Amino acid sequence: MRGRAALSVEHVTKRFGSADTGITAVEDMSFHVAPGEFVSVIGPSGCGKSTLFHIIGGLTGDYQGRVTVEDEIITGPHPAIGMVFQEESTFPWRSVIDNVAFPLELRGMPRAERLEHARHYVALVGLTGFERRHPAELSGGMRQRVSIARTLAAQPKILLMDEPFASLDEQTRLLLGTKVLQIQQQLHQTTLLITHSLTEAVQLSDRIVVMTFRPGRLRRIVPVHLPRPRTDEVLTSPEFGATVAELWSDLREEANRGLADAEQAG
Amino acid sequence: MKVLAPAFGIATLIAAGGALQAAIATDVISRYVMPPPSQVIAALGRIVTEEHVPVRFLLTSGEMAAAGLLILAVGVPVGWWLHHSATLRRAFEPWVAAWAAAPLVLAYPLFLVLFGRSSLTIIVLGSVAGIAPVILKTVEGLAATRQVLIDVGRSLLLTRGQLFRKVQFPAALPSIFTGLRLGLTFSLINIVGVEFLINLGGLGQLINELAERYDLAGTYAAICFVVLASMLFFAVMEHVEQWLQRSR
Repeated sequence: MRGRAALSVEHVTKRFGSADTGITAVEDMSFHVAPGEFVSVIGPSGCGKSTLFHIIGGLTGDYQGRVTVEDEIITGPHPAIGMVFQEESTFPWRSVIDNVAFPLELRGMPRAERLEHARHYVALVGLTGFERRHPAELSGGMRQRVSIARTLAAQPKILLMDEPFASLDEQTRLLLGTKVLQIQQQLHQTTLLITHSLTEAVQLSDRIVVMTFRPGRLRRIVPVHLPRPRTDEVLTSPEFGATVAELWSDLREEANRGLADAEQAG
Repeated sequence: MKVLAPAFGIATLIAAGGALQAAIATDVISRYVMPPPSQVIAALGRIVTEEHVPVRFLLTSGEMAAAGLLILAVGVPVGWWLHHSATLRRAFEPWVAAWAAAPLVLAYPLFLVLFGRSSLTIIVLGSVAGIAPVILKTVEGLAATRQVLIDVGRSLLLTRGQLFRKVQFPAALPSIFTGLRLGLTFSLINIVGVEFLINLGGLGQLINELAERYDLAGTYAAICFVVLASMLFFAVMEHVEQWLQRSR
């Protein structure tokens, strides 16, 4: 770990429902994210990844353990954490520029100044020229880039993303992955990405937290030794393939358990 | 296509008017029941100049505007209140829905006793008749706000008031506007109806007076004027809605 942790998740357990009939979504999860580090959390469907995302983001309470940002315990949404959601989350009534400027508007920044700032983040996600468009006029990938720009405009210390490319096609996912990589390297942004994509996790991360199937426990933490700065050329390197294979050997058993559980329930 | 559809609508109306004219001219319909459309059109100009229609139109419009503001000022907060309490919603939503369907214009004597024979009675009755759709559609619109938009607001540390103003209200605006259009339709019917019944105010009173004078062509012309005025009113509403959608 590089010095003091930017984010710590310590012995977090979350149950839904009563003690006898309820479900343990996450059990005794612990890991840290260092300043400037890119960490991914990966696990099979239904392992509690999104529950963990909502706990870290302060949107879900009533859990055991603790989450801290630079040693400050999280009790609700925290200004240091910026969240990007899995679902499409742009405000449909606002233009691209007004969506991105939204966090700055909340801070009371004068309109001219906040639009100037927002333009910078619009450019960062590659949407220059689309400032006056509304989300309905954009593709799914572009809308997700607006969401990322809006979150970055709030200048959070930690960028927390929940499968932001899940609803996109493979080509767009790869392109957006590269875009996120560029942004993260440019801003040295501390990032925690929740994902179920092995290639996405390896392409982007310094370390990967692997979760077990329900209840979601820490299986192990896999370091990624690919050199930085990375480009999308990393996708074709032998090291990349080896890391994906190593990760899959860990995940296969958990994914099979998940599949068996789904078949049993079905 | 953009011109063709309205042109077809107008042509159909002209054809219906022509058929009516022919039916009256050949005594299929008695001219003592319905005057020929040509006489009604001729009477339009007469009632506008002789019966002070612009002033009456402004009076009815003013009453409508006041009722509309009351409907919004009360309906949206009540809708918000019901949205935030499941118990209150279960308790009152069926009553509000029943309220929307009730023929409230029949309660006008009660309003006359409470508020006197004045524009206030007309405005209050118009508001009461039009408020239910705004409440119901506000509840519906707020409930339909996508959770992820609320989560975005929460993650940006919005207060409850900011969350309503910046996220929930704009998200619910199309639904609230649908309620407002419905509510104002009910409101206009009741306002003109009460003006007619208590013989006070604008366009409703004009219809009453012309009917009392057995001015059949004038009466129908006044009714046509109310229809045209409401069409104009709702066209304006549509533009306001589009403008609000763009600027919310």
